[in-house]
Amino acid sequence: MSNETSHGHSSTVSVPHETHHEVHHGHHHETFLTKYVFSQDHKTIAKQFLITGMFWALVGGLFSVIFRLQLGFPDAKFPWMETLLGEWAKGGQLQAEAYYALVTMHGTVLVFFVLTAGLSGTFSNFLIPLQVGARDMASPFMNMLSYWFFFVASIVMLSSLFVQTGPFSGGWTAYPPLSALGEASPGSKVGMDLWLVSMALFVVSSLLGGLNYIATILNMRTKGMSMTRLPLTIWAFFFTAVLGVLSFPVLFSGFILLIFDRHFGTSFYLSDIFINGQALPNEGGSAILYQHLFWFLGHPEVYIILLPAMGMASEILSVNSRKPIFGYMAMIGSLFAITILAFLVWAHHMFVTGLNPFLGAFFVLLTLLIAVPSAIKVFNWLTTIWRGNIRFTPAMLFALGFVSLFISGGLTGIFLGNSALDIHLHDTYFVIAHFHIVMGVASMFGMFAGIYHWYPKMYGRYLNNTLGYIHFWVTMVGAYLIFWPMHYEGLAGMPRRYYKYDIWESFKHFGELNKFISIVAIIVFLVQILFIFNFFYSIWKGRKVTTLNPWGANTLEWTTPVNPGHGNWIGEIPEVHRWAYDYGKDGHDHIAQTVPVSADESKH
Amino acid sequence: MAQTVAANTKWWSGGKSPFNVEYGKLMMWYFLMSDAFTFGAFLIAYGTVRVSSPSWPDPNFVFQSFPFLGSGMPLLFVSLMTFILIVSSVTMVLAVHEGHHGNKKGVIKWMIWTIIGGLAFLSCQAWEWAHLHHEGAWWGRNPFPNADGTVATTNFSNFFFTITGFHGFHVFSGVVINIIVTIMAWRGVFERRGHYLMIEKVGLYWHFVDLVWVFVFLFFYLV
Repeated sequence: MSNETSHGHSSTVSVPHETHHEVHHGHHHETFLTKYVFSQDHKTIAKQFLITGMFWALVGGLFSVIFRLQLGFPDAKFPWMETLLGEWAKGGQLQAEAYYALVTMHGTVLVFFVLTAGLSGTFSNFLIPLQVGARDMASPFMNMLSYWFFFVASIVMLSSLFVQTGPFSGGWTAYPPLSALGEASPGSKVGMDLWLVSMALFVVSSLLGGLNYIATILNMRTKGMSMTRLPLTIWAFFFTAVLGVLSFPVLFSGFILLIFDRHFGTSFYLSDIFINGQALPNEGGSAILYQHLFWFLGHPEVYIILLPAMGMASEILSVNSRKPIFGYMAMIGSLFAITILAFLVWAHHMFVTGLNPFLGAFFVLLTLLIAVPSAIKVFNWLTTIWRGNIRFTPAMLFALGFVSLFISGGLTGIFLGNSALDIHLHDTYFVIAHFHIVMGVASMFGMFAGIYHWYPKMYGRYLNNTLGYIHFWVTMVGAYLIFWPMHYEGLAGMPRRYYKYDIWESFKHFGELNKFISIVAIIVFLVQILFIFNFFYSIWKGRKVTTLNPWGANTLEWTTPVNPGHGNWIGEIPEVHRWAYDYGKDGHDHIAQTVPVSADESKH
Repeated sequence: MAQTVAANTKWWSGGKSPFNVEYGKLMMWYFLMSDAFTFGAFLIAYGTVRVSSPSWPDPNFVFQSFPFLGSGMPLLFVSLMTFILIVSSVTMVLAVHEGHHGNKKGVIKWMIWTIIGGLAFLSCQAWEWAHLHHEGAWWGRNPFPNADGTVATTNFSNFFFTITGFHGFHVFSGVVINIIVTIMAWRGVFERRGHYLMIEKVGLYWHFVDLVWVFVFLFFYLV
């Protein structure tokens, strides 16, 4: 059976109207300002997060194009670059200080503004109420505040690009003393203050959002939606929110101490420092202390970025294989294990800081333990698609790409998790390759999969498929072409964060390879612009969605009207009778969660 | 809000809160966990630096003054401060209790006592800060020698003012929130709602702030 009913237009969708007493939304007088700007509708807020995230992805991506030009063509002059960046690219050549600023901003923007706010901000907001069966978030007002704190954080970060001394340039991790002493570099002056203010606002935004996600998932599930009937997307968003709520405050504390070191004469992170031959009075602090506080967030942050992508990939792989997810409980268990381990491995970022090797051994063990839940997830994804009737939609391709990248990048994590190997590999291009593949690009792929899959629910139209396929294949091939060679460079000892390599006898033979990487990076960037075009073009001109459930999925969001209003369901919220993964069961293609279990049905 | 339900209710099957609490209280609990990590990070940072320092100033020497009575009374004043804050927790419990019985007058009375307790604590802290500042201590300045007689780094003052300041800021916010909800109670907002749940949520925050002080007291004054 199928509850996929064909309707010509959303307005003709028939729904029971006798239960209108529950619907209070949609009857308010809505102005442009309350509907599109200061909206409290979780779907609008999700789109605000998404579009702001896309803006930042373009900015962060453009930064990488510019510094890749420097790395690929260290001697070339680009007059347009001087037009764009002015002083930063005097004579068409990127200045060293600007290079460091761009690398720093690329990291900050992509990690926090794109892959945290843009990813979990978008999809937690969009999917949680729709998939648990709630009219909106627990507190729509706090949800709105969450976006606007992010917006103000964005404005502050953006403004730091335009101050005379430039944005912060000491790396996205903002280690002291570079981040603590204004005299250390131009970027460490007001640019760093703006960076800290922006990040503090970002933490507030993340907290407001996270509390809402947790409260909504626990408290607002519709009747029958037990925790073990939740789609895996929701479990992933839940653990993501818990990670954020418990790890961002530690970063916040670290930042407060940093602000005091910068402006109030304290020495939390500072000791025994000379600048230009002058001894500073600071004594007794510890730069390593900052690294501990930073990575206590920094490592969970990796999973804040990755878990939503995992959840969405699980859902999309199952829907498009027309098969139940393999090992549903194991998927939840492994998400939980990853969440716990995420808090216990932070010092593997600090193996070469002088950490006691005995202590390091424990962090090696705990780090390598993450391979267990990760492998469970990978095998479950592979067994989910095994012998499925796979539909290669763009969303499915990106979900498959996510699994591929997660495996490739995850394997190099086993190298880096060993403290002995890390002595050689630390701060080389091997690390760049590892985390870009496993966390950066993989999560981008999860995000793209989510956008292609839920775009019909967001805008009532489809994204263009042909452009989607071009987007996928160029990005997929490009991602490997960019990052695979970096493994070789890293194994050869080529350090990251250097401005140019052609003056080093040991690394100058990588010149042509660097050129190749840069060219591919530019092509991949251009294809992302194609995607952005597809996104905005399709909002107004895309093919219209004519059925309620275009993918034949079981989850609740497809029981809402094609263009759901604020409140999501007209009439009562549907009751849930089964889990989300009854595909190909008892001869039915799919059975929606709202269908009661019939007497002669086989057990699942 | 809390409601009576049959004993065999399936709490986790959806359609109701599994903890039988409304979302605001759930959010408050998660927020407090989050905030506990903020303070935890501060206190662990303090502990790390202190333990890795060769020596540290003796709290019995630093904190030995009492207003109008002079010095030579180690930890007496901070004991008074701690006592005031704990009493304010008790009055908060009484306010919540009155709220359960829908007794508007009782809620307002005990909330006012809680506010007075909070303000008294903040005044004590202001005096202590002013006194230490007068003795030459501030962020980046520390006049107190180590317990073994050597010259101390400034980190004793740095951590003391940062962490007690951060805690004091929490108390201050708590007092402001208490004043707001007391005015709301006085204007009958909760009476119209039929419950005093807001007092409970504010109470959770207030108890948390008190609990944090216990740790601050332990690690800065006693150890």
